[in-house]
Amino acid sequence: MIGNAPPSFPATPVGGRVRRSRQVADGALKLTCILFTALGTFVLGWILLMLLVEGAGGLSLAVFTQVTPGPGTEGGGIANAIVGSLILTILSIAVATPIGVLAGTYLAEYGKGSKLAETIRFVNDVLLAAPSILIGLFVYMFMVQPMGGYSGWAGGVALAIIAVPVIVRTTEDMLRIVPGSLREAGAALGAPMSTVIRKISWRSARAGMVTGVLLATARIAGETAPLLFTALNNNFWFRPDLMGGVANLPVMIYQFALSPYQNWRELAWAGALIITAAILALSVAARLLFKKETAR
Amino acid sequence: MSSIAISAKDVTGNMPPSANAQTRIAVRDLNFYYGDFRSLKDISLDFYDRQVTALIGPSGCGKSTLLRTFNRIYSLYPEQRADGQILLDGQNVLSPSIDVNELRARVGMVFQKPTPFPMSIYDNIAFGIRLYEKLPKSDLDGRVEEALRKAALWDEVKDKLRQSGMGLSGGQQQRLCIARTIAQKPEVILLDEPTSALDPISTGKIEELIEQLRSEFTIVIVTHNMQQAARISQYTAFMYLGELVEFGPTTKMFMNPTRKQTQDYITGRFG
Repeated sequence: MIGNAPPSFPATPVGGRVRRSRQVADGALKLTCILFTALGTFVLGWILLMLLVEGAGGLSLAVFTQVTPGPGTEGGGIANAIVGSLILTILSIAVATPIGVLAGTYLAEYGKGSKLAETIRFVNDVLLAAPSILIGLFVYMFMVQPMGGYSGWAGGVALAIIAVPVIVRTTEDMLRIVPGSLREAGAALGAPMSTVIRKISWRSARAGMVTGVLLATARIAGETAPLLFTALNNNFWFRPDLMGGVANLPVMIYQFALSPYQNWRELAWAGALIITAAILALSVAARLLFKKETAR
Repeated sequence: MSSIAISAKDVTGNMPPSANAQTRIAVRDLNFYYGDFRSLKDISLDFYDRQVTALIGPSGCGKSTLLRTFNRIYSLYPEQRADGQILLDGQNVLSPSIDVNELRARVGMVFQKPTPFPMSIYDNIAFGIRLYEKLPKSDLDGRVEEALRKAALWDEVKDKLRQSGMGLSGGQQQRLCIARTIAQKPEVILLDEPTSALDPISTGKIEELIEQLRSEFTIVIVTHNMQQAARISQYTAFMYLGELVEFGPTTKMFMNPTRKQTQDYITGRFG
């Protein structure tokens, strides 16, 4: 066989022993990879299974209709925490989306090659990796203390600070994919830059940008640390002015899971299941939307 | 580069350039720079009203660069600049006082790769019109239809005007881009290798279209395809290394060029 090899092949003596040892190395690596993948998947599966078993047991109509019970009270639900989480998430996404989209647009469209844009991009990346508890502390100092108490506003702002860098990054990345020839074609018709950005760049990158916002929403929906210092948690419905703290799922789970009351711990599991399902739904929606729009 | 010599048959189909053709664009001492690199050197050249002028030359000779000065599209990129004069109807388009967006509505451009916008066929055409004219719906509909008819695309798309322009074939997309350009009623149309990404049948359609558009617009086309230049243009400019080597009526350029370099290029001996 070796004798028949074309002359351009290096004439390495691949004897039986060498070939054997390579096959063993190949098989060993493959096996290790499979083992560790299985380990990771197993842990994830275990978490989800435990969540399903424990959480599904606690689910009932009351969970969605009643407010969180006081210490030592029977029954109760987490309706106030679900609604509070919705309010905080919507509030923060409403603040973060315009900031993130416009900043990302600046980086991708106007700031090409500028020092300022480079600096902003760097700071954004740092913020993207910042521990969320720091952001909670920051908002505590600048909003909770001056305003004289915990509030939904402070919680919304803390979550928005976490969402902004995610949205900035995805917006910029998605706009960079838009071919420059499309911008040139718009400019060649006499469209000013603002029109090219609004009607052409944004429209082309729309699916990716919306996906970024959905992923940012999924990210902040489960954040706990920044809310400990800002929105805190309580056992009531939110006040119309959102002052005095707002009940929310992550902090509720944190407090109830560590409590000595059986019904509290069950509610914590139910909350965890609901939050996980919501995040999963958002991620799947983001993925489907992106696929559908980019398939064309 | 193709080594097929241009036969007499290819060029005799052309209308001879009319003797009293008016100058539409006069280029005088034009220099162009990419950063420090000077890519156009003292170009002086006239483009005639309602004639097709082809810019030919090997890759990197500056023909696309020259085309991109006429609508100042290069000014999107801060490191690119031009000096000299480009007189469009006597007005220097390089002057800082020119409104580039207005200029670009007067000097349309079609690119090498089709660039349909991510919107409906109708909105693609209406995009340019809406920028500068406020028209009632019925007038806008009329303008869109007129442009699509002139671009020989109407029959193929009239039943799906609300569908995305991205769903058309490559050749249709390119005709859509031409329709979008002529819908604005420009004076000059710049075509930057408009058929190099298309199949032969689509190319044939675009070439026929260019022939028809000549009655209304001044057309400048960059092409790598010598036969194409011979078929569709009345004037040809041959460029090499940022310089204009020779310019003249297409028939003369292909049958009896003055410069040896031109002769060598069009017969495929270099480039």
